[in-house]
Amino acid sequence: MILTITYEGSHTQDLGYLLYKHPDKIQSFALSYGKAWVCYPEVSDQRTTVALILDLNPIELARGKLGSKDGGLFDYVNDRPYVASSFMSTAITRIFGTAMTGRCDARQELADSALHLTACVHMLQDNHNQDLAKEIFEPLGYTVRTERILLDETFPEWGESPYINLIISGAVRLSDLLKHLYVLIPVFDRNKHYYVSEDEIDKLLSHGEGWLSDHPAREKIIYRYLSQKKSYAHKAISRFEELEEAENPEITEKQEIPESPKKSLNQLRMERVLEEVLKSGASSVIDLGCGECRLTSLLLDQPQIKKITACDVSVRELEKAAKRLHYDRMPEYRKKKLTLMQASLTYQDQRFAGFDCACVVEVIEHIEKLRIPAFERILFEFAQPRTVILTTPNREYNTNYEFLNDQLRHEDHRFEWTREEFQAWTVHVCEKFHYTCEIAGIGEADPVTGTPTQIGVFQKCE
Amino acid sequence: MRIEIPELALVALVGGTSSGKTTFARKYFRATEILSSDFFRALICDDENSQDVSGDAFDLLYAAAEKRLQHGKLTVIDATNLQQSARKRTLDLAKAQNVHSAAIVLNLPEKILRERNQTRTDRDIPDRVIRKHCEDVRRSVKYLKKEGFRFVYVLKSPEEIENLEIVRTKLWSDKKEDHGALDVIGDIHGCARELELLLAKLGYSEKDGIYQHPEGRRVAFLGDFCDRGNQNVRVLQIVMAMVKSGNAFAVTGNHDAKLVKYLKGKKVAITHGFDQTIQELNAESETFRQEVRDFLDGLISHYVFDDGKLVIAHAGLKQEYIGRGSGRVRKFCLYGETTGETDEYGLPVRLNWAADYRGRATIIYGHVAQKEVQSLNGTHCIDTGCVFGGKLTAYRYPEQEFVSVNALETYCESVKPLDADQEKMKEIGDLLTIQDYQGKLYLQTGLLANIQIQENQLAAALEIMSRFAADPHWLIYLPPTMSPCATSEQEAYLEYPLEAFEYYQKKKIRHLVCEQKHMGSRAVMILCRNPETAKTRFGVDDGTRGIIYTRTGRRFFDTLEIESKLLDRLDNVLTKKGFWKDFQTDWVCLDTELMPWSEKAKALLKNQYAPVGNAGKQSLSAAVKILEQVQARTGQGAEILESYREKENAISGYIRAYQEYCWDVQTTEDFRIAPFHILAAENQVFSEKSHLWHMETIRKYMTGIDPIFMATPYKIVDTEDESSIRDAVNWWLELTAKGGEGMVVKPEYFTAWKESELLQPAVKCRGREYLRIIYGAEYLHPEYLMRLKKRSLHKKRTLALKEFSLGIEALQRFVRHEPLYKIHECVFGVLAFESEPVDPRL
Repeated sequence: MILTITYEGSHTQDLGYLLYKHPDKIQSFALSYGKAWVCYPEVSDQRTTVALILDLNPIELARGKLGSKDGGLFDYVNDRPYVASSFMSTAITRIFGTAMTGRCDARQELADSALHLTACVHMLQDNHNQDLAKEIFEPLGYTVRTERILLDETFPEWGESPYINLIISGAVRLSDLLKHLYVLIPVFDRNKHYYVSEDEIDKLLSHGEGWLSDHPAREKIIYRYLSQKKSYAHKAISRFEELEEAENPEITEKQEIPESPKKSLNQLRMERVLEEVLKSGASSVIDLGCGECRLTSLLLDQPQIKKITACDVSVRELEKAAKRLHYDRMPEYRKKKLTLMQASLTYQDQRFAGFDCACVVEVIEHIEKLRIPAFERILFEFAQPRTVILTTPNREYNTNYEFLNDQLRHEDHRFEWTREEFQAWTVHVCEKFHYTCEIAGIGEADPVTGTPTQIGVFQKCE
Repeated sequence: MRIEIPELALVALVGGTSSGKTTFARKYFRATEILSSDFFRALICDDENSQDVSGDAFDLLYAAAEKRLQHGKLTVIDATNLQQSARKRTLDLAKAQNVHSAAIVLNLPEKILRERNQTRTDRDIPDRVIRKHCEDVRRSVKYLKKEGFRFVYVLKSPEEIENLEIVRTKLWSDKKEDHGALDVIGDIHGCARELELLLAKLGYSEKDGIYQHPEGRRVAFLGDFCDRGNQNVRVLQIVMAMVKSGNAFAVTGNHDAKLVKYLKGKKVAITHGFDQTIQELNAESETFRQEVRDFLDGLISHYVFDDGKLVIAHAGLKQEYIGRGSGRVRKFCLYGETTGETDEYGLPVRLNWAADYRGRATIIYGHVAQKEVQSLNGTHCIDTGCVFGGKLTAYRYPEQEFVSVNALETYCESVKPLDADQEKMKEIGDLLTIQDYQGKLYLQTGLLANIQIQENQLAAALEIMSRFAADPHWLIYLPPTMSPCATSEQEAYLEYPLEAFEYYQKKKIRHLVCEQKHMGSRAVMILCRNPETAKTRFGVDDGTRGIIYTRTGRRFFDTLEIESKLLDRLDNVLTKKGFWKDFQTDWVCLDTELMPWSEKAKALLKNQYAPVGNAGKQSLSAAVKILEQVQARTGQGAEILESYREKENAISGYIRAYQEYCWDVQTTEDFRIAPFHILAAENQVFSEKSHLWHMETIRKYMTGIDPIFMATPYKIVDTEDESSIRDAVNWWLELTAKGGEGMVVKPEYFTAWKESELLQPAVKCRGREYLRIIYGAEYLHPEYLMRLKKRSLHKKRTLALKEFSLGIEALQRFVRHEPLYKIHECVFGVLAFESEPVDPRL
């Protein structure tokens, strides 16, 4: 893990004063997960380069510190010792802390001036996001250059490396450069080595002071810096705004993270399924593959629905769902209506019987194709609800999602049906198990490829 | 006085206050058998006399009684039981649990009770209460039988109570001490010729008018001897002679019950071929008719044999009814259970009790004629419709074989085609039921007893099974985890062969087999000779004829195309080498390593292994360059530079290590498959064979024809021979120096024991370079290595044994044709254990 900073001009040896690190010595520092060295590979009047090299202890990363009972943070086989990450930010404050504040007792004037500086961050993870470096650093006045190589030369088919060497140069105060790096390295590599708490907002505000509020990618930086924690990002943004307001009282209009005026596909889907449930006259519903219980929480609010069972095969999903629904604090009446349980759609389950309606929302495409016959029997032959409401993606519509590149919409999807395939399946089910089915679409329809989601409403023949 | 009560019964004591019920109970029953109302009152409110809590106390008492009866335990209710309403609760419970009820009345003279009451200090009861109780008792005695108590005993004096002998009688159905061998014969319906042919086929011959077996085997008849066929009397003669002489058992069928009714002079409908029977009987003597009546009337509903392992009943039996006696049980045995609806043939729609059957006993029954034997969950319906022109079938126990003779003619046309429901049983058995895999499982395996699987482990396995696993019909085995050898004492090694040898040496295993560990992915291959076998033997009906799956039961390949090509190639090899013929099988299950590793681990390589190498190489060489500049300029930092050069070497070693196991696959030609266990084939699990046998058999039958199938190099080690050990160590050093993953050290035999301790089926010993991709590029750094050497293998080894036992058990159950759910619980168990958090690097 290496950071180099090159100062070009005259008397560039003064970089040593600015950093409080003597150019002719190798200095070492003990850090929480390893060691760091500061040394100067080149020193001359016109050009001086300082290098900060971090040497992390991979065993401590994996196992936790010697003698401590806590486990490690990372796998043994991991990139942490070699890439620029939050470890580097921590090292910068620790080793170049004074320089970061802009103080230099020996050369204060120099510290206050914009110098011609070039920083090179080795192995910064951008996950093939080619434009990220420019988007983040160019607005700050840097010239940005990146180097990227193949992931493994022996296997060119594996593609390019997810890391770049980032080289930024510009006329900038050293303290500003350090602050930029401190905040922005973790914007690239978001795998923080410590727990991100609310304190991070303070750090962000103090180190971002003076440059972050005007940055065009401010929201993105804040969001990524705070490890994608939405609530923290909102807090950070409003605190920036408060600061701005205090400085310029005339600006009063609040800038929220804009919410899309259009309803999301998921929202549309939930509303439609709810509508169909109510239309079916059901008073008891089983939500098969409930996930986080978005549908179930809507159903809970309906007086028509007296009994809801939500099941998922993943215990983790159910725990999340219980949290989302505030299950442990739910009022008695509401709680009585609801059953959360682990269940599988490929195992027969007597608890599935006796419901008016079963909802299978965006679930069937997660089942292995060869297991679908078992699912059919479990639902239509044994559980036999009067109504079955089932939604699944329409594969044809995928051409409208450019980013998919002809792939399926989700890694875990085992298949996605075209409209014809879905219809053929419903016909097969209806014949075999004596149901009727009406098919419709959900979401904005494309004239050629149809709607993004397909819905089938099955009714049991009397 | 000597009284009898069934060994499983609900006994109500009836007696007033001070009649000595509690003392009586303690004298004649085990303390845990007695549920006293006083005790439950005290349990609730600390006061055994508090009448306020009587309602709650009885609720608890009856809840406890119910549980005891469910577990087949005799239970005594110690309460006054003076009111009919109180006793009704006892009777209802006995009925619900299908056990006999008994009442033991302590009807002592009032005078004695009054005397006793006066000497009592714990409570003060007025004499009028005692008088009232005495009256109640006297009145109760009259009604007990009428109310429904099957056994009523009244004790009238302290002497009688004192000198009582209570004998616990076994149920008539209890033949647990009879271990066979038996031949269970299904519904005969007057087909005497076929019966005699079948008896002959089974080895019985007629001597003095009685069919007997030279080895003393006996027949167990499933009832329905008469009607529809044309030799009803002859059948009765054969059966009666055999039963009376002890050469056969017989249970009663619905047709027999009807005949009894008729012979007792009651009116019955002359349907279902009854007229033929009557006609034949009318030609016989009155004595014979009476003999028939008494014989059939004396038949019981079911038998339990061989420590409860075999149960026979005419129409089958639910698990909770086994060994119980009640009208309901008898009715079930005779008729089964119906929904009350009728099907398109006008026949009653039957509830499929066998679908829910999860008992350990094999149940043999008849009653519903079908073309073939219907097997489901350890139950077999062997009524194969002889009288309808089908066949007469016997089940040989303990051989578990079916023997049939074809009907000589069709005596009666069946209303419903015999094969109408042929697929139904299969369809039901095809679906697994979640309730079998929830809660907590205790599994019994041939190798380890009482393997306990926790709820959370099962929940984790359920998710993996549901989301990823292939059709459960294919999953007849999952491989166990494998522990590494103990940490090496050699300075520069984490693992070294000596520790692997030492483990077995200490366990007194002399010969070991070291197999080269191929660095690929574990793949279980099942191949059937044709899709027909896949359907009949495995119940897989999707056109595939085999599968290749991973250690978690997931199909190895995303497309069926590659899988079927590889299976075809295997079939080609096995066919050419005569494997099918030599092993007398139509299918085989192999444990293999499939290469290259990159095929299965592509995502892992691209997302983790290669990036680490990439970043490491780049950043370390940059650091080396900087440090070289620094040293050139200042003369300082030689040591740091050296350490960074070492790191650079380490990362290069790491990259080489993973690259070794990657190659590009264009066609199936590029795969390599190294089978190392022949796990099972029809009628055989090869877990008793030596690994030498496995290695050589694989070499002989699977290699040399198609280059994608390779034999595994191996070495035999004699742990008492130093040079043999040295040889093996050198071999390992050679293998691993060339980039090999290492080797697996196995005891000579597949399953190895030290006395009663099951040993690790294998321990692995991985190469020094290879371990870089497990513990990180720099793990050999002395400081790091020292820390890594502290690792505990205990948990890993315990899991390995449990998983190994379950895997072998799954194969054995499959080979024994056990129901799908029983096989599945074993593989489910393996997966459940794999969800345990264990250091993934071991």
